[in-house]
Amino acid sequence: MADSTKVLDVAGVSKRFGDAEVLSDVSFQVGKGETICVLGPSGSGKSTLLRCINWLERPDAGQIYLNGERVGINNAGIVMGDRELSGIRTHIGMVFQHFALWPHLTVLQNLMEAPVQVQKRPKAEVRDEALALLAKVGLSDKRDAFPAKLSGGQKQRVGIARALAMRPDLLLFDEPTSALDPELVGEVLVVMRDLAREGMTMVIVTHEMAFARDAATRVLFLDRGRVVETGSPDKFFSNPETERARQFLQRYAGDIANNKR
Amino acid sequence: MIHDFGIVWGERALLLSGLANTAILSTLSAIAALLLGFMVTPVLMSKQPVVYGAARLFVDGMRCVPFLLFAYIVYYGFPSFGIRLDNWTSGLVALTVYNAAYMAEILRGAWAVQPREPIEAGIAFGFSEIKLFRRIILPPLLLSAGPVIGNQMIQIIKDSAFLTIIALPELTHAASSIQSRYYVPFAAFITAVFLYWGLCLIIEAGVSSIGRIADARR
Repeated sequence: MADSTKVLDVAGVSKRFGDAEVLSDVSFQVGKGETICVLGPSGSGKSTLLRCINWLERPDAGQIYLNGERVGINNAGIVMGDRELSGIRTHIGMVFQHFALWPHLTVLQNLMEAPVQVQKRPKAEVRDEALALLAKVGLSDKRDAFPAKLSGGQKQRVGIARALAMRPDLLLFDEPTSALDPELVGEVLVVMRDLAREGMTMVIVTHEMAFARDAATRVLFLDRGRVVETGSPDKFFSNPETERARQFLQRYAGDIANNKR
Repeated sequence: MIHDFGIVWGERALLLSGLANTAILSTLSAIAALLLGFMVTPVLMSKQPVVYGAARLFVDGMRCVPFLLFAYIVYYGFPSFGIRLDNWTSGLVALTVYNAAYMAEILRGAWAVQPREPIEAGIAFGFSEIKLFRRIILPPLLLSAGPVIGNQMIQIIKDSAFLTIIALPELTHAASSIQSRYYVPFAAFITAVFLYWGLCLIIEAGVSSIGRIADARR
């Protein structure tokens, strides 16, 4: 049964692509204001897990509840149509590895597009809010620029502001800094850290270990499609329970020790 | 020679109505071909071998048939199957179907190189069905395919000249009837050439403004 006090409840989700089992029986819950960092080696199913939450990938088994409401399957027990799914997706913001901004729209239009077109909110209100969000991510001066004219770090900050403009209950980040030049990672992490502090509910797939250690309320360690370890970042980073987590962390030991970024 | 052009000037009403018909014919069939192309494109990208094969056959078949022959078949050949179309309808159908094959191929090419992520972002942000297509997929697609679609529209205008053979009163037909009535071939045809050129310039102006819009976004 769904725990309705949780923003997100993932229960026993499995997913396979052909012969490969990408996720097997993954369960976790996210409370309001939590920042969950999903860690794990590449190919461990982190991105697929994220994409199952808003049904960009359809899970083979298991349930997903957003604020106690089942995602993807309606009351009659059948798979939701595009329209029904869309309604749920407007409550879940998503930030993409390669930004995925809409190239034909300006920065401000990118922020306003979904709130106006999908959520049908009044344009003037959306615009005011979008301008405030651009100020928040430090890009007020770029509001009329097209995405192609921005740096990677700027694009990703627009990506985050675009997701926030939907007033989502939950924000998903799919390796938001992996496509960035190292010197641009910091400006994006600053914005994410602020959101964590403000109590935004977030699930973040990342390889930024120092960020996970400082900003996460809880980490989820995935390996070969299974949740191998979960707990507070302090405990996970200083004293991991499993051998796999230890091996994984060893590779990032330098990053964490130097407190890079 | 000046005298010849004087005769053509005297028949300007006929030429202008030919020009108008060419413009109407080309515009209607360009729009229809583009719409039909949009319907064929997804079929062309289908993973079902039979469905894909049928669309491929249509596209490749059309592109290998000379337009003149195709127009003959529609106007003179279809009645053998009980399909009798007047010359306007025949002309429109021939131009539309023939160019839809090109449009489908143009759109398929442009579609295939569109990055997948912005479309996925559209889905993740709650866009679906027609709205997803209209607001998220279509605009970048048209911006990148715009110049090639423009070229194809110029091709349509030129192809429409063939329809004089089914007595469609378009620009070439008008020029041709002026020359046969007064025997002023050079003056009549060169005037028509300049009028065609004028039409193409309008298309090219449109293409370059799409180009400017696209460049700003690149």
